[in-house]
Amino acid sequence: MRTFDLSQASVREVNQYLHDLVIPEEVEILEPRGAHAIACGAMVAATVTIRGHAGYYCAGMNQLANIEVEGNVGTGVAENMMSGTVRVRGNASQSAGATAHGGLLVIHGDASARCAISLKGADIVVGGSVGHMSAFMAQAGRLVICGDAGEALGDSIYEAEIFVRGRVAGLGADCVEKPLEPSDYEALRGLLARAEVDADPADFRRYGSARTLYHFHADHAATY
Amino acid sequence: METLPPGLRESHTFSRSVIHEIQRAAETGIYDIRGWGAKRALPSFDDLVFLGASMSRYPLEGYREKCATNVVLGTRFARRPLELDIPITIAGMSFGSLSGQAKEALGRGASAVGTSTTSGDGGMTDEERGHSKWLVYQILPSRYGMNPDDLRRADAIEVVLGQGAKPGGGGMLLGQKISERVARMRTLPAGIDQRSACRHPDWTGPDDLEIKIQELREITDWQKPIYIKVGASRTFYDVTLAVKAGADVVVVDGMQGGTGATQDVFIEHVGIPTLPAVRQAVEALDALGMHRKVQLIVSGGIRSGADVAKALALGADAVSIGTAALIALGCNSPRHDAEYRKLGSAAGYFDDYQDGKDPAGIATQDPELARNLDPIEGGRRLANYLRVLTMEAQTLARACGKSHVHHLEPEDLAALTVESAAMAGVPLAGTSWIPGR
Repeated sequence: MRTFDLSQASVREVNQYLHDLVIPEEVEILEPRGAHAIACGAMVAATVTIRGHAGYYCAGMNQLANIEVEGNVGTGVAENMMSGTVRVRGNASQSAGATAHGGLLVIHGDASARCAISLKGADIVVGGSVGHMSAFMAQAGRLVICGDAGEALGDSIYEAEIFVRGRVAGLGADCVEKPLEPSDYEALRGLLARAEVDADPADFRRYGSARTLYHFHADHAATY
Repeated sequence: METLPPGLRESHTFSRSVIHEIQRAAETGIYDIRGWGAKRALPSFDDLVFLGASMSRYPLEGYREKCATNVVLGTRFARRPLELDIPITIAGMSFGSLSGQAKEALGRGASAVGTSTTSGDGGMTDEERGHSKWLVYQILPSRYGMNPDDLRRADAIEVVLGQGAKPGGGGMLLGQKISERVARMRTLPAGIDQRSACRHPDWTGPDDLEIKIQELREITDWQKPIYIKVGASRTFYDVTLAVKAGADVVVVDGMQGGTGATQDVFIEHVGIPTLPAVRQAVEALDALGMHRKVQLIVSGGIRSGADVAKALALGADAVSIGTAALIALGCNSPRHDAEYRKLGSAAGYFDDYQDGKDPAGIATQDPELARNLDPIEGGRRLANYLRVLTMEAQTLARACGKSHVHHLEPEDLAALTVESAAMAGVPLAGTSWIPGR
């Protein structure tokens, strides 16, 4: 295992080391002290453990790597992630998993506003609650919220799916509740298991697009 | 020519085109969406002239003495700046808005003369990358097709905050152009109207953007120049903040800049013309002591070598062209006039890029129509046009005694109108008067 102490080393050194990896390796990062852009742009299935709090864009654009943060993260954790797993043991700030295309993001605590904004195919599981405008314009993928959801959930959503166990403060434009089919329960059960989150799929409700805004029409003007 | 009875008087306020638009709005209930840029008369580079050399200045021989045109973009932080042969680049236009053939032709034409082309709101295609020696990869609010592999295979990265045709507005691509391939690249259902976000999903404000740029630099190991593109509006402050956020290059797009699909009301009524935007951008860079350290690219209505030379004289390092490049490929060509007329338009007027029925094969995703553009021939035409722009700019620079087009300066210019003197910050011709100073 290679260890970097960010009270001594720079984020640049850590990221360059990860980018130069050809075969997977274990990497430990100590004293992250809220630094930004830690472990972003990883390209191999390395196992990265960040022992403390990370700043903005931690694990940004991750490919293949399994990254765990033993603390909280700032804005944009795992933004535009393509594959791999990012696990946050604490809470996440705004725009967690923004535009992520693939892979799994697990936030065991709460996530702030705009979680899963413009989601493009990744799976996101939040153990706690999410803030307002989560899954805004989400295009594909799944957002599972074990706690509550803030205002305007799923506003202008496309084909992404949202599952919520707690209370929804309000749905955004064109987001509606949908029935859960047996296949949905199975898929949700599998996703919760991968996320290592203990929850019963039967307790969740499902939300998605009513698809009424897919074609611009004057009659919808008041909705926009 | 239409013949009307004598004595008719057209209203200036309610002209025929205004009446037509009111009738169209009443009929459809939808605002007009179109391509192209602002069509109304605006203060422009035409209102400036060069003060050629005479007794007090020494000209260069037009056909003998060298006048260099190269430009290096991204010298502030990037390890690998772009070293271009000419200071005229191709602006961002998306695959989706444009056909694959058009994107290939742009890459071929730009590469032939040693300059860069730019992706757009829709991701990078292999055709575009393969035929572009230098490719600038745009990061837009939608992040359609955005992925780290393409980020790494780009030569520069452009964070787009806005464009001149619609500062403050998001992208728009109507369902007619969301083909299976476009839909797949954008992770959208085929055939739907796509209206992309106007704000970036993971940052708000210049402090966040500074951190975002740090992330982009980390992912690309600090190799690539990072541009920030803004639509011209509060240009002095926007450029100041772009520099603060860490840009290597700032791109300022005036309101004459084109679009693939935007509300007409937005195109014609939001933003400021390119002419005052250049001056404001240069003033911001000067105030920070960053002029020529952070490079400035100016776009929006650049048509000729005169426009290029005047933008450079006002302090830009390079210009970018979009609409003019499409015209060079064949957009609005008279040879398509009959087809334009079937669409209710005519050669020289066609701006319905949003409908995807462009007979020139440029602004379409219809494979049959796209075949009307030969990317090799289109690339050749674009290269020719870029060469003409370059030679024209050199001609003007030599006339002012400059051995590099970047040696042109505001002192070489005079304004023909009070408005242009005030906007460009150069004296009214025949006077030493700059309004406001």
